[in-house]
Amino acid sequence: MTLQRRPRVIPVLLVKGSGLVKGVRFKKDAYIGDPLNAIRIFNEKEVDELIVLDILATVEGRGPDIERVRDWAGECFMPICYGGGVTTIDQMDALFAAGVEKISINSASVDDRLIGDAASRFGSQSVVGCIDVRASWFGRRKVVVRRGTRAIAEDPGAWARRLRDLGVGEILLQSIDRDGTMEGYDLELIHEVSAAVDIPVVALGGAGTVDHLGQGLAAGAAAVAAGSMFVFHGRHRAVLVTYPEQQELNRLTAASTPGQLL
Amino acid sequence: MIAIVDAGLGNIAAIATMLRRLGHPARIAKDPAELDGASHAILPGVGAFDRGKTLLDQGGFIPALTALRDRGQPILGICLGMQLLTRRSDEGQLPGLGWIPGETLRFDLDAQARQRLRIPHMGWNHIQVLQSEPLFDGHQEDRRFYFIHSYRVSCEDPNDIVATAWHGHDFVAVFRRATVLGTQFHPEKSHRHGLKLLDRFARWRP
Repeated sequence: MTLQRRPRVIPVLLVKGSGLVKGVRFKKDAYIGDPLNAIRIFNEKEVDELIVLDILATVEGRGPDIERVRDWAGECFMPICYGGGVTTIDQMDALFAAGVEKISINSASVDDRLIGDAASRFGSQSVVGCIDVRASWFGRRKVVVRRGTRAIAEDPGAWARRLRDLGVGEILLQSIDRDGTMEGYDLELIHEVSAAVDIPVVALGGAGTVDHLGQGLAAGAAAVAAGSMFVFHGRHRAVLVTYPEQQELNRLTAASTPGQLL
Repeated sequence: MIAIVDAGLGNIAAIATMLRRLGHPARIAKDPAELDGASHAILPGVGAFDRGKTLLDQGGFIPALTALRDRGQPILGICLGMQLLTRRSDEGQLPGLGWIPGETLRFDLDAQARQRLRIPHMGWNHIQVLQSEPLFDGHQEDRRFYFIHSYRVSCEDPNDIVATAWHGHDFVAVFRRATVLGTQFHPEKSHRHGLKLLDRFARWRP
């Protein structure tokens, strides 16, 4: 039996209020549509996994909207990862009971104890550490939280190692500078962080084509994620929820490192 | 009508959504009385073994499920629901229902496998079908399902093993003994592969 499986290709949906949005570099959010509608389209397209992030929860100082998450999970014919405003074990209990398979932690990842408790209670595989990275004015990368507004660390690789040591099972690595640009991933960043940890790194931020996905995998990502690529179409960014054909995605198997942990 | 047991063991909405999409009438049974008149039952579940058994007990579901089984009506356990159909589990102290001769064990990974594989086994995996009917058709197709589990079932009677998957070693992905079936993976999270399986289960009239 082979260990070689096609790497996961994961759409990321951003929820703001009751609708979906997508912007550029965390700004200029455009309205995309209704989450349930997008989920149903992704069901048809058979996406490997789905990440849904409530981008206002932390900023508004509130927890996850459990009822809404329950509605999404009930429509998802694929595993779903939720992120946004998660700060307590009780919230995680409620989220897993609502039907999510994974929970992503970003702003609360400064809380060592929360990450450690979550990993031991729910299993590392269910806890995703989301690392948002943004270049400072001097071009140096920084790990930021709270929708990119607060810097918490200098070195993304070291931060990833810290999260891994605390018990997260996967890193969702997002480049804010590439977010929404559809010009390709920050490959250097992916390489650096993938080399720093032995857990799967999911690349996010900048993908616009299947070739970009392949580049992310070649740079060391275990799986690739994208927002704009799966909700916009063409130069004028017309809204179209979409996903590449399985046949097209199959060529990504060659782009990944043989035998790598997926 | 298919009854989906809702004993509080996780969100079962995706199963109901899939059955609705397939056009099979389904009812979410929060109470054992709602299993009355069901042609099939689905026993889903996520979480720890003892908690699952306790919730089934406290909800009073076991006599109602037993009555269905005794009438020869198909019952499908999913994930923890499958494991609860075995006699016992390494994960807990309480006995299972014991409808399948076998037990629920830890994965037994050797040192080499431990370097590359993790527990829980989580993600998409291929299965190898040993017996097609009634859940699978005869086509030799690529069947992928979504798994998330830390323990796995071991069957005493090899004839009960319908399909296996590999995670460091082969393990039972699907079993069937008479009309009692179990899948370790989540069909409701496995797109068309899961839709097809649930459709065939719903259409099965033993």
